[in-house]
Parts: sequence; structure tokens; C-alpha cells
Amino acid sequence: MNVRLYVWQRATAALMVPLVLVHIAVIFYATRNGMTAADILSRTHGSIVWASYYGLFVAAASIHAAIGVRNVLTEWSPLTDWRAGSFAVVFGLLLAALGARAVFAVVLS
Amino acid sequence: MLGDLSVSLWRGGKEGRYEIYSVPQRESQTVLDVVTFVQRHIDPTLSYRFACRVGVCGSCAMTVNGKPRWTCRTHVAKVAGGGRLEIGPLENLPVIKDLATDMQPFFEKWQQAQGVFAPSKTRHDEIERIRPDSPARRLADAAIECINCGVCYAACDTVRWNQDYFGPAALTRAWTLVNDERDAGGTARLQAVAAKGGCHSCHSHQSCQELCPQALNPTAAIAGLKRRTTAAYLKGEIKA
Amino acid sequence: MHRGSALWIAALVHRLSGLALAIFLPLHFLALGLAINGEAKLESFLRWTDQPLVKFAESGLVFLLTVHLLGGLRVLVIENFDWRDGQKQLATLAAAISAIIAFIFLARVF
Repeated sequence: MNVRLYVWQRATAALMVPLVLVHIAVIFYATRNGMTAADILSRTHGSIVWASYYGLFVAAASIHAAIGVRNVLTEWSPLTDWRAGSFAVVFGLLLAALGARAVFAVVLS
Repeated sequence: MLGDLSVSLWRGGKEGRYEIYSVPQRESQTVLDVVTFVQRHIDPTLSYRFACRVGVCGSCAMTVNGKPRWTCRTHVAKVAGGGRLEIGPLENLPVIKDLATDMQPFFEKWQQAQGVFAPSKTRHDEIERIRPDSPARRLADAAIECINCGVCYAACDTVRWNQDYFGPAALTRAWTLVNDERDAGGTARLQAVAAKGGCHSCHSHQSCQELCPQALNPTAAIAGLKRRTTAAYLKGEIKA
Repeated sequence: MHRGSALWIAALVHRLSGLALAIFLPLHFLALGLAINGEAKLESFLRWTDQPLVKFAESGLVFLLTVHLLGGLRVLVIENFDWRDGQKQLATLAAAISAIIAFIFLARVF
């Protein structure tokens, strides 16, 4: 399992390098003075591009964060590997669910 | 004349306390000289380990002011700020007594990582020709001079946090064998270093590389193992 | 002391920033999810975040994201490319760039 987790962790990390750079640019753009929710949503509404981009980002971040959390728990907490792994899975699913909902919210509703 | 040093030494086993001794300072004094002075002139019950005392055997490694070092190669003048020294046994290893640790877990992990040469020929076969400048041999040579002193193991946070982690030395030795054309360890060794506690536990903190008295680079060796095991995994040669 | 060395600090910052981001993410998703029933709730949340203290916290988040990205890049390079010296300088540079970007963010919103 170690190799598998390692590969997924590093692969999602590499994938997210360009995604995060774009996101930082988006953050700077979206926090320009005067940008309202309506301004933002009018740009994301019905956009396949934003849906794909953020959908991918949410998936990658959920996997990456879950594996990272598992690593930290196994090293810094008294939890067994199995418990740490279970917590990480639940956490990853939570992120994925909330993230998908957020993408849905800004693109479709 | 130089003054006296205030030297704090660990006394006891896992439980114990630091005791303070006063040791006269000398020119070019090493930390090993200081420990030896205490044992010979102040307290003969002090236990510590050394052998060559000239920096080629690695036996005298201890924790000096928080850092694992070879005490015979550590000049007091360089580390005793304000005339104080704190010396303890190497970390991450069970303490036998005072400054001597049990190296057994260190070597057991060496075996678990398959840091052992697996022969592929007999004396009746032709001797293998190894070019010293071949890429693989260069990689092996860069990592081969480990004398098992345990400094890297003592310095490693991941060893401290993860009981299963093989540690920098064992993995570095496995790396040299992975690059040794004569070795027949093959995918079995890659599987061994990809196991729980293997190379993927390394977070590249690089304390090992910073502190290795032989100037080895376990971080780079382990990175090499990560690449090889990942490639083997993706090709289906080893299991996850 | 090897525990205070630049690379040890870099690794610790990388881990702690990851943990902080992991905690922040669900809140971030919940905030964006406010748009699910139209823009009104999201709008009032965004206006709440106009406060200087929140903007300050946001620049902290930008720092965490950037430092985690750059630290992770350093690890990816160590693990996948030939060894390069100067890791301490790289780590310090990463921290500096992150601080600058976070500062630019802060300066722009005020």
C-alpha cells in the first residue's frame, strides 16, 4: 500500500502545481475591489471550463489531503495505522462531497 | 591555562539523569577526550563506547549538545559554548547504560531492507567486469562508504516518529546494492524497501545528509529508491 | 542543532501548512456552497470578509498555500531529479516568495 499511496500523493501534488498557480491568479482577480458575488457567479455560471477545472481540483485535493492527513496521524498521533487510514478516508470523502457541492453551487445553481 | 568545562553526562538507562562533572580544558581537546577523562579520573562506572579514536570506525557517536556526532572528531572548542557541554547517548536507540546504546534495532532494520549482498556467481565463474565510471557504479560508490555509526539514524525525525521506518543507513546500503551489477537481489529487494517502514516513509528532511560524518547523502539515495520502486510498481514488477 | 536547521524548519512548515489548509478547505467549500440557492447568501458572506481582520487572515491563507506549493515542489524535485545542492537556499527562497505574494495580496485589498 505504501507505494500506491506514495504514487497517488505525488501524482496529485504534481497535477495540482498548475491548478494552484491558476487558483492564486483567480484569488487575486476575484478579490479586486468591488467584485460582488453576482460578478463572480456570472462568470462561473454554466461554464464547462470552470466546472472541469474546479472539479479536477477538488478531486485531486481530496485525495492529496487525505493521504497527507493519514501520514501526519500515523506519525504524530497514537492512532493505529488502520484507524488513521479510516479517518483519512472519511476526511477525503467529506472534502470531495463538500467540494463537489461547492462546484455545483457556483456553476449550476 | 584554560579553565574547567562543566560537562553534563547522561547516567542510567532509559530512566536516569544528567550528572555534572568538572573537566579541565586542554588544547585541541575532543569530546571523546572529555568523556575518557571522566571515566579514568572521576567516575570509573561511566559506560561509553569507542575504538579507533581517529574518526574511521564510527563507534564513538553520541549526542553532543543536541546533535549526534562522532565524539573523537568533535573539538570541544567548536561546540562548548560558555564552557558547557551536554553529552548523551545516541537518540532513537535503546540505551544500554549511560552513553552506550544498543545498535541491534539499527542492524535488524538493515536486514529488513535487504541491505545484504546477494551473490549471483560462484568462484568458478568469470569475474564480473565493472567499469568504475559506469553510471550505476558511480551511484553505488557515492553511497558505499557507510560505516554504520548510527548518526543518521539518531538524527532522523522520521525514525523518531515511525517505529517501523528502516532509517537512512539501511536504505542507503540497499541503494548501493540496487546499483551493483553483480548483485542478484533484484525485485525482491525493491519489494523489501517498498514495504511498510521503507523508503516511502522518508520526508526528505535531510538531517541525515547534513550530519553524515562520511559526507554521504541518504536523502538522494532514498530518492533513487523511490524512483526505482515507483517504476517497478507501475510496471507490475512489485506489489503495492 | 539540526532541529533548528533551515531544512528542518522547511519540512515542519510544509507539514503544518498542509494541516492548516486541510482544516480550512471544508470551510472554504461550505462558504462557496452558500451560492447554492442564489447569490444573496454568498454576497453577504463576501461582504463579511471585507473586514480588515478577515483580509489579514486571508493573506495568511495565501501564504500557507504558496509555501505549501513551493515546499512540495522542492520535495518533488529532490525525489524525481538529480540531486542539486543549495537546498537550504531554495527553502529560504520559497519562504520569501510566499511571504512576498501574501504581502502583495494584503496590499492590494487595502
